[in-house]
Amino acid sequence: MATGPEGRDHQDIDPLFDPRARRFSGARYRRRSWCEDADTDVGLERSGTWGTVPPHGWRHDGRGPRGWWRVPRERGPLRRSREDRLLGGVAGGLSRRMGIDVTVVRIGLVLFGLASGFGLAVYVLGWLLLPQEGDSESIGTRAVGDLRGIALAIGLVPALAVALLVASVLHAGWLGSLAWPFFLSAAGLVLIWRNAADDERALIRRAAQPLIQLGVDSRRSLRALALRVVVGIALVAGGVLGLMLGHHDTLLRPLGGVVLVIAGFVIVFGPWWLSLARELVAERKARVRAEERADMAARIHDSVLQTLAMIQRSADQPQQVVHLARAQERELRSWLFEGRLPGSGGEEDATFAAAVRRIQREVEDAHGVAVDAVIVGDCPLDEELRVLLAAGREASVNAAKWSGAAVVSLFAEVEEGAASLFVRDRGKGFDPSAVAPDRRGLAESVRGRMARHGGSAVVRSAPGEGTDVELTMPRSPVGSDRRAAQR
Amino acid sequence: MSSAPRPRVFLVDDHQLFRAGVRGELGEAVEVVGEADDVAPAIELIGERLPDVVLLDVHLPSGGGQAVVEAVKLHHPEVRFLALSVSDAPEDVIGVIRAGARGYVTKTISTPELVDAVRRVAEGDAVFSSRLAGFVLDAFAAMPADVAPGTGPSFDPELDQLSPREREVLRLIARGYSYKELARELSISTKTVESHVSAVLRKLQLSSRHQLTRWATERRLV
Repeated sequence: MATGPEGRDHQDIDPLFDPRARRFSGARYRRRSWCEDADTDVGLERSGTWGTVPPHGWRHDGRGPRGWWRVPRERGPLRRSREDRLLGGVAGGLSRRMGIDVTVVRIGLVLFGLASGFGLAVYVLGWLLLPQEGDSESIGTRAVGDLRGIALAIGLVPALAVALLVASVLHAGWLGSLAWPFFLSAAGLVLIWRNAADDERALIRRAAQPLIQLGVDSRRSLRALALRVVVGIALVAGGVLGLMLGHHDTLLRPLGGVVLVIAGFVIVFGPWWLSLARELVAERKARVRAEERADMAARIHDSVLQTLAMIQRSADQPQQVVHLARAQERELRSWLFEGRLPGSGGEEDATFAAAVRRIQREVEDAHGVAVDAVIVGDCPLDEELRVLLAAGREASVNAAKWSGAAVVSLFAEVEEGAASLFVRDRGKGFDPSAVAPDRRGLAESVRGRMARHGGSAVVRSAPGEGTDVELTMPRSPVGSDRRAAQR
Repeated sequence: MSSAPRPRVFLVDDHQLFRAGVRGELGEAVEVVGEADDVAPAIELIGERLPDVVLLDVHLPSGGGQAVVEAVKLHHPEVRFLALSVSDAPEDVIGVIRAGARGYVTKTISTPELVDAVRRVAEGDAVFSSRLAGFVLDAFAAMPADVAPGTGPSFDPELDQLSPREREVLRLIARGYSYKELARELSISTKTVESHVSAVLRKLQLSSRHQLTRWATERRLV
């Protein structure tokens, strides 16, 4: 499929497509099952082409910009949209499926509805029978079991019968042709209202509320409303008259009738539509916020709650608890203050401070000893600084492993001419002069390495007084630090 | 030291659990005269009870601990503050210190160390944790060294620069030295160490250097 004519469509995706928006909905999973016959997994291919998607409005195959009314077309079963919806999201769904801008689809639906009345019925049926994006079953499938709802819908049949009767008596064909779609729509709306999911029902209620409130607002707006309704009805009536009488006339009169009808509707329902649009914007914002919150909740769950659970389980091992708490604290801190995602420590450190923090992290994790790191200044890494860091890590590991102290202090300072690392513990210490020449751990790897690169290392220790390691590395004048760069 | 009266301590922290913990830990060593969980009640109760030392969380629900220090200092300059925090946004810590707190320690501090810190603040000394020492060094280092003293419009070398000795003291604190170890290392008395630290604190609070402000803004942007 990827090489067939439809292969292009695979790449024809919305560059603004937000992967997070569907993460919890499972929509991608369903899309995959729908494409089971395909030899390429759409879900995977999607994620693979994210970075290479051309800018909005340009075709991938270089055929130039599309019309303004074209939007990226999505493959997959027809679903009601959650994003683009005024009522049920049917227009949004159609727009995505057909690759036509949602406003164009909406205008089309309204015109269709005005022309025959069946447009409304089609919309309601779509609402009833199409599952919402991310849902598996439509409202219709739920409505099958809703006997009371079905009874209510059937209860509308007499109204239909009366309307048809009146139409036949008055020989008003237009009334008969309107009665059917109105009956279908009303029945559908009853079923939708009774069987919609809670969130959707809340949306319908909110959409309908301004309409209900129109009559009960305040006295002043009541007068305005009365005026609006009167003017609107007059316009609509005039328009309908024009339409009915203008059948055999010139084109001008039916056209004028349509304009009058539309103007009438706008005057009566305009404010409601406006408030609806405002609601919609507010709702979209709220959803974005909710997504952010979900994201944060997921992260906190992965990190903090897990750690708390582990702490509860190992409450009898103080060492373990301290270790867990410190590791969590560090992770959270780096997320809050340095904007680094928890668990993303894999890449190469860019600066001296980041590298020192990594030493802190790794020594704490590996040896279960608290490392207090204080860092002053920062600068980009270079070869000499890497040597200094390696020596500092060696000294920290040594302190954590052998000193027996619960805390190792690590102080890093970047100055104009030199960078220094100090590692200190209050552990058992040792007598430097008594170290056998064959045990060269500290001596060789720390002192030797520093000396080879022009730095210095001083190790001071005495039994019972802990160990203090001072490492200093002169900085090459080229590697100017952060502050120098800012000047 | 044991003959000294127990310092009267007031706790300001929005976490009830933490207040209870500190109360329990400090136990017999101090007298806890009250606690508050936000800026407004803290200002009111501190003015009422006039404790020796206020243990103050840097972050409170309706603002920083800075607001508490500023409001209380206005009418009761004798009340001393020790800032306490888990979150180390440096500009917040420096803000509380500049408002007049006598020191800053992290909440992970051990109980004996906390008791000691409260005592020292009660006696009018400054308490620098290694972290605060790091922040201060960073803040003062943010000033370009090659700007010759006196060239800046409001440069006051007395206030705007650390002396080499003060820098040395701060550096040792940042390395994790206690005052006593520090005194031995530099062959000076603990009293001298304390006067150095107090001098640093004074500079921090009085310096009108805009570098400090600029440093804070920089940090916030990073």
